[in-house]
Amino acid sequence: MDTNFSADDLAFREEVRAFLDAQFDDDLLALLRGPDGVKSGMVEWQRRLYKQGWVAPGWPKEYGGTGWSLTQKYIFETERALRGIPDVVPFGLIMVGPVIYTFGSAEQKQRFLPRILKSEDWWCQGYSEPGAGSDLAALQTKAERDGDEYVVSGAKIWTTYAQHADWIFCLVRTSQEGKKQEGISFLLIDMTSPGITVNPIHTIDSKHTLNEVQFDQVRVPLANRIGEENKGWTYAKALLEHERTAIAGVGDSKRKLSQIRTHAAQEKWGEGCVLDDPKFASRLAAIEVELMALEFTELRSLASAAVGKGPGAASSLLKLKGTEIRQSLDQLHMDLAGYYSGIAVEPGESWQTIGHEYGSDARVEFMYGRAATIFGGSNEVQRNITAKYVLGL
Amino acid sequence: MNFELSEEQTLLKDSVTRFVSDRYELESRRQYIAEEAGFSADNWRQMAELGWLSVPFSEEHGGFGGGAADLMVVMEEFGKGLVIEPYLATVLLFGGTLAESGNAALQQALIPQIIDGSLHGALAFHERHSRYSFSQIDTRAEKTGSGYRLNGEKTVVLNGLAASKIIVSALDSSGGISLFLVDTDEPALQRTGYSLMDGQQVANIRLNGLALGSEALLGEAGGGADILSRVAVQALVALAAEAQGAMQVLLDTTVEYSKTREQFGVAIGSFQALQHRMVDMFASCEQHRSLLYRTVCSIDEDPSNRDEQDIAKNLHALKIMVGRAGKHIGAEAIQIHGGMGMTDELAVGHYVKRLMMINTTLGDADYHEQQFVELARK
Repeated sequence: MDTNFSADDLAFREEVRAFLDAQFDDDLLALLRGPDGVKSGMVEWQRRLYKQGWVAPGWPKEYGGTGWSLTQKYIFETERALRGIPDVVPFGLIMVGPVIYTFGSAEQKQRFLPRILKSEDWWCQGYSEPGAGSDLAALQTKAERDGDEYVVSGAKIWTTYAQHADWIFCLVRTSQEGKKQEGISFLLIDMTSPGITVNPIHTIDSKHTLNEVQFDQVRVPLANRIGEENKGWTYAKALLEHERTAIAGVGDSKRKLSQIRTHAAQEKWGEGCVLDDPKFASRLAAIEVELMALEFTELRSLASAAVGKGPGAASSLLKLKGTEIRQSLDQLHMDLAGYYSGIAVEPGESWQTIGHEYGSDARVEFMYGRAATIFGGSNEVQRNITAKYVLGL
Repeated sequence: MNFELSEEQTLLKDSVTRFVSDRYELESRRQYIAEEAGFSADNWRQMAELGWLSVPFSEEHGGFGGGAADLMVVMEEFGKGLVIEPYLATVLLFGGTLAESGNAALQQALIPQIIDGSLHGALAFHERHSRYSFSQIDTRAEKTGSGYRLNGEKTVVLNGLAASKIIVSALDSSGGISLFLVDTDEPALQRTGYSLMDGQQVANIRLNGLALGSEALLGEAGGGADILSRVAVQALVALAAEAQGAMQVLLDTTVEYSKTREQFGVAIGSFQALQHRMVDMFASCEQHRSLLYRTVCSIDEDPSNRDEQDIAKNLHALKIMVGRAGKHIGAEAIQIHGGMGMTDELAVGHYVKRLMMINTTLGDADYHEQQFVELARK
């Protein structure tokens, strides 16, 4: 039993550090914080990763992946997070890419994969519907055949960054027969198709990230269907199970924790700083202990997968604990910011002159962070799944 | 990176598992506790024969030279059976202090007797007002012409009644903590035995001007607190591993019970309210295991990479989690077992009581959290 990295892994870590430090530079940071940061900043960052050959660590080498071991992926992910570098936008690179190279036709692979790798297409995900959230298989967006096309009508909701997207991958109902999971197909839809309307949903973090996407008689070529008709649920499930090293968010939470420690050292408490407040110190310590444990829950899962035993039962906790820890940190950061956590101006505006510099960030992260226990299978659904498949209940 | 047990560790684990399943039915355990020593002399002999009493001692002392991972393997299985024999008290606290004290003559004389099962010992570090501090004590060691004279009272000494030798901590004239080896048959030493809720037999030990030769001093005068904090490293890992075994049993037992116990015409395990609580028990159990592995790996690290600060931080974190996860899993196990969880007949309550004593032993979760916070500020 040991946690040593091999000499090769240590050399790899040096290479990763050197690359990230050189490439994630001030110009990029300025771009990310700019008015169009989400799109132009992320596209620029992903292109730098692409040039290095590192934009798709999860993909097989033949499709443009890195061929990294699980440990190497973990190292990259850790170093990225510790520097506060955002993860790649997941919809193309992490979600639909693997579905296309696993289940797509040769033509689909050729057409879409290179453009995803080069960040030439921005993708979004059309799963949830107004009537189908945690119960995803209840979705009702209809796709009816008309010659060599489908005609799609319905609505998708909570669609992150649909306002930037060139393409959307959708689960649609192609049959009302049998179990509700059995009549679903997986379609790739051009966002410029006539009949698509994107309506913004303004969220409690005062941002526009989410949208509702309406489909009114949208015509989609049959050639844009992944795999077989009515088998879409299988493909989507495989995607959900697609290995994600970052799901616990340990690196991001470690960074947040160290920010909180820094900021708490700057706030007065009596003669000392807030770190001297036993109540605050106790809350911080309790979260850190859970995070120290989660880091090893993740390593255990990686090590188990690396010896061919699968990720192990404890991996079902990575999302659950990871999001709960992150939300506790967000809450603590808000409480630390005090009145300034409530200041309703946006980062990038003149808010730096009001109070200290982190209040608004703490608020935005806290508010947006509430979503973490809702999306990707709410934590209640995660508990249902763990109860069923791990505890056998 | 690797969290698999070695072949040797797997064999060790299997052998302890067999021992526990052969000898540790709840009823047998009650009988062991009823024996005069408070445990089974026969079990202790068996442990000696199987070589388990030698696990933490170095090869130089005739031991197995095991690391934290080996100790973890043994203690986790002990925890599953609520093994009552004083492995912690005799081998880890008493033997561990001898091994850390640097007194070669005593080590050569006594450690082989621990390993062969013939010597029982105890470490008397706690007093009425100590709470969890090794240094907050009143027992005095006064220097005499030929050695020392000890006065004071040690309390809740684990295995204090069965021990024939006890290591006692005392304040010397300079205000430092020193450790002394005493024989329990000295007339100036009085013992009062009693039981803890987990079935362990412990004792208060009064020292009424007990005269000792200078050879009774273990290690440097005033160096006792350092020795004790080094001894605590292995002891804390052992307690956590034992807790891991106990938590796993409580989780498994509770899940199984919920599948068979029917109310309103269905198994209670089909209720989502209970399912989610059991998932949270599972989460506590697995998070605890992760911290245990983290700590064990940091202790067994190659000497060139060993980071004492990191080990200390991990140990505090681990003991925090031992206490909190133990209380969480214990309370839920009783609740989900309903009225049956309240009965002495069921094993559940016995595991819960052991977990509560483990929380207390060598500092509870709140104490270690305070230490954890202090360490982070350094």
